[in-house]
Amino acid sequence: MSVKKYDAGVKEYRDMYWTPDYVPLDTDLLACFKVTGQPGVPREEVAAAVAAESSTGTWSTVWSELLTDLEFYKGRAYRIEDVPGDNESFYAFVAYPIDLFEEGSIVNVLTSLVGNVFGFKALRHLRLEDLRFPIAYIKTCGGPPAGIQLERDRLNKYGRPMLGATIKPKLGLSAKNYGRAVYECLRGGLDMTKDDENVNSQPFMRWRDRFEFVGEAIQKAQTETGERKGHYLNVTAATPEEMYKRAEFAKEVGSPILMHDFLTGGFTANTGLANWCRENGMLLHIHRAMHAVIDRHPKHGIHFRVLAKCLRLSGGDHLHTGTVVGKLEGDRQSTLGFVDQLRESFVPEDRARGVFFDQDWGSLPGVFAVASGGIHVWHMPALVTIFGDDSMLQFGGGTQGHPWGNAAGACANRVALEACVKARNEGRELEKEAREIMTEAAQHSPELAIAMETWKEIKFEFDTVDKLDT
Amino acid sequence: MSLQATMGDYQTKKTLETFGFLPPLSQQEIYDQIAYIIAQGWTPAIEHVHPSGSMDDYWTMWKLPFFGEQDLGNVAAELEACHRSYPDHHVRLTGYDNYTQSQGSCFVVFHGRG
Repeated sequence: MSVKKYDAGVKEYRDMYWTPDYVPLDTDLLACFKVTGQPGVPREEVAAAVAAESSTGTWSTVWSELLTDLEFYKGRAYRIEDVPGDNESFYAFVAYPIDLFEEGSIVNVLTSLVGNVFGFKALRHLRLEDLRFPIAYIKTCGGPPAGIQLERDRLNKYGRPMLGATIKPKLGLSAKNYGRAVYECLRGGLDMTKDDENVNSQPFMRWRDRFEFVGEAIQKAQTETGERKGHYLNVTAATPEEMYKRAEFAKEVGSPILMHDFLTGGFTANTGLANWCRENGMLLHIHRAMHAVIDRHPKHGIHFRVLAKCLRLSGGDHLHTGTVVGKLEGDRQSTLGFVDQLRESFVPEDRARGVFFDQDWGSLPGVFAVASGGIHVWHMPALVTIFGDDSMLQFGGGTQGHPWGNAAGACANRVALEACVKARNEGRELEKEAREIMTEAAQHSPELAIAMETWKEIKFEFDTVDKLDT
Repeated sequence: MSLQATMGDYQTKKTLETFGFLPPLSQQEIYDQIAYIIAQGWTPAIEHVHPSGSMDDYWTMWKLPFFGEQDLGNVAAELEACHRSYPDHHVRLTGYDNYTQSQGSCFVVFHGRG
């Protein structure tokens, strides 16, 4: 029975969407936004506007609202907090009922939560800091095609991080020369190599030719080393139809793994490809081109921890997370915060790592964290410490820039990696004893000794742009 | 001296996965890795295979995994016993992790002559 009457006109958002007494349900999807309003607008009104514009609200009341129960469907701003060290912004916490979202559709979640509201005039800046997906929603998502445990079993890689490299130069090699670079890396000791993100199917190297030569390189390296090998064949393409065609052929040439760019390709393509991989027994490596456009500004956009959570739900077995120590942006605590979201089955709230909610991942498989970009052998002790075993460490220039070539460069990195893992298992402190551990290892590896000499001076010490709020 | 003269020739090796790029482990180093497996709460287990089958997922188990074993010496003695019985086979040590339902550690301890 309804007693409401139609009352046309503009109402304040806070009358309906600011509900400080609300206790979120276990099934609600929770969001934390960092909000910077226009001067003079009260916080409650801005927070309520964000909740309204990202859920059921529109600027003016309409009669057809009375045909439904908006109290059941509306998003609710239920908490406001100060941002430490920042007077102009605040955190707004919003709860959304689960019925606002189509099952298994990250596309639908993002279209609602980071849609029109980000262009809303009452806001100067808006950033989606974190999301809590209810376990009920997680159960509707496919997630990683294989996950960490199954990938280890398929590839026979245990007790250590995996080792990889992006083939360089990233553009311009012919298919046969490219396959040569892959073969040299794999025979030298890398577990896998990778297409660069912008290698798709250009005139200098069409995809089918690359796949054929790379397929031969993988098989030959496996036979010669007695180890399982792979190369992430990038199937990112202009259309889904083309993407699936390339995926089929990648399987045919015998690579265990494919690659996709989830942000430029989009979540629809990504979720579809993840499902294809699950059905075809293929692993899926995920690159994140375009992420810094979205996540680097501290007051506007979407934090990478949200994009990482979305990827785990959409599906991927590897995701780039930054290196902390290399050439690309990344704060250590913040990086550890979203690395946990990729790999763990439960992650508790931890503001020191930028984690705003408890997150229960249920039975969803884990995703390998990929550290790639400007790293070399001297970073190995820190990388093993920061990322642990369930990671993929990728040394592109740090492999192929070795004075003796790719195979020796790969060997140098593999020796350094295994020396670090062995030392860690023996109870030694890797970061503190880095120089001793590396020097000992180099005594039986001239390849490592030369790599250490080549890269001894390279450092990447710039301040992080997107720091945690403290 | 020419650049070529100082450049090494990298020869491909049969490395058999984890720790394949390190020199053979000493008795003490093997003990340390067994201690690590036990300290993690994992179960040590031994498997062996003729080198011609080294790429197979399944190697032959040497007895059952040593559930609840806390004595490093017992595990080391079983590794030796397996190696003596199958001197031509590769022998590997695994740490079964029942929480992840995977292997927390796995490496070849003895390379078979075959």
